Amino acid sequence: MSTETAQVTTVKKPAEELLSKRRKKLITDPLIDSNPITIQVLGICSALAVTTQMQPTLVMAISVIFVIVMSNLTISLLRNTIPGRVRIIVQLAVVATLVTLVNEVLKAFAYDMYKELSVFVGLIITNCIVMGRLEAFALGNKPYDSVLDGFGSALGYSWIILAVAFFRELLGSGSVFGVAIYEPISNLFGEDFSLATNGLMVSPVGAFIILGLIIWVQRTKTGYVEH
Amino acid sequence: MELISLGIRSIFIDNMVFAYFLGMCSFLAVSKKVSTAIGLGAAVVFVLTVTVPVNWLLNEFVLKEGALSFLGETFATIDLTFLRFIMFIAIIAAMVQLVEMVVEKFAPALYGALGIFLPLIAVNCAILGGSLFMAQRDYTLAESVVYGFGSGTGFLLAMVALAAIREKLKYSNVPNGLKGLGITMLLTGLMGIAFMSFMGIDL
Repeated sequence: MSTETAQVTTVKKPAEELLSKRRKKLITDPLIDSNPITIQVLGICSALAVTTQMQPTLVMAISVIFVIVMSNLTISLLRNTIPGRVRIIVQLAVVATLVTLVNEVLKAFAYDMYKELSVFVGLIITNCIVMGRLEAFALGNKPYDSVLDGFGSALGYSWIILAVAFFRELLGSGSVFGVAIYEPISNLFGEDFSLATNGLMVSPVGAFIILGLIIWVQRTKTGYVEH
Repeated sequence: MELISLGIRSIFIDNMVFAYFLGMCSFLAVSKKVSTAIGLGAAVVFVLTVTVPVNWLLNEFVLKEGALSFLGETFATIDLTFLRFIMFIAIIAAMVQLVEMVVEKFAPALYGALGIFLPLIAVNCAILGGSLFMAQRDYTLAESVVYGFGSGTGFLLAMVALAAIREKLKYSNVPNGLKGLGITMLLTGLMGIAFMSFMGIDL
C-alpha cells in the first residue's frame, strides 16, 4: 500500500477548474458504476440495521456523509506526516473522534433518534467504506479531491440505504417517512378493504432480500458481472 | 442457568449476522470456502471472548459515570462515557495485536491457521458491536465473557453455513446480475428466516 503515496504525481496544472470533468467523475462514479455497496461490497455492516424506517436511515446517511468527508479531509491534510506503519491506528483515531462528535450531537439535539440508532452510530467507525476511502484515496490525494471523493462515495452509499429503507417502510409499515400510505388507500375502497403490511420486511430478513433485489436490478443495468 | 440462557440466546436468537447485520463485510468476503470461513470464524470467537471482558473492565473502572470514584472524592462525578468509542477501538486494536503475538509464540500451529485473519479483525464490526452491546445492556463480567463467546460462535456458525451453501452454489446456473453478492444476499435472507424459528425460545 506504500505505493499509494506515489500517485500524488498528478501533473500540477496551473489552476484546475473547481468542478472539472475529472472531479465531477469523482462524485458521479460511486453513484452507479462503482457504487460502494452494490459493486464494491463495502459498508453493508452497520447500515442495514437502521433501514426499517426512512427517518433514522436519513440521519444515518447524513452522519456517514459527514464522517467520510471530514475524515477524508483530515487524513488528506495529514497524509505527508503519517508514517506508513501506524496509519491504521491514526485513521481509526480520526474516525472514532468524528463518530464520537456525531454521537454527542445526536444525544444533545435528537435524543429519540440517538436511542433508536443505539450502537449503530458507533459502528460507523468500522464501516468499511470509511476506512476504504482513507486507504485508497485520501492517503495519496490532495484535500479538495479527497473531499469530493468522500462525498461521492457517501452519496452512493446513502441512496442505496435510502432505497432499501423506502421499500422496507412502505411494504413493512405501510408508510413513507412516517406518513401513512396504506391507510388512505384502504379507506378509498370502503371499510371491508385493507392493504396488509408484510411483517417480514420489518425483520432483518426483509433488508437482505430487498438489498439482494436492488443489487440484481442495478447490476443488470450496469452489466457488471462478478466472477 | 441464566448464563447458559444468555449463551444460547447470543448464538441463535440475537445472532450477530442475522439479527444485527454485524460483520457483514468479512461475512460476505470470506465465505467462499468452508476452510477459510472456519479460520476467520475461530479468530472472531477468540478475539470477541477476549475483548468483551477487557472492555467491560475498562468501562466499569474508567469510563462509566462515577467509575473513577476509587481515586477519591473529587473523581466521583467524572463521566467519561463519551470516550467509549475511541477507547474500545483502541483496546480492540491493541488486543488483536497482543493476541497475535501470544498465539505466534505459544501456538505456532494455530497461528499458521489464523495468521492472515487476525489483523483483519480489528476493523470487523462484529467485534466493536459486541463491546458496544455489552456496555449498552449492562452485563456483568461473567455475562460479558459468555456473551463474547456466544456471539462469536453465532458468527462462526452463520459463516460456515453460508460458505457451505456457496460451495454448492458453484454448480448452479445463476442469472448474471445476481452472481456473487446478489445471490448471497438472498441466501442470507433465507437463512435468516430459518434462524427466526429460534425466536421466542427461552431457557
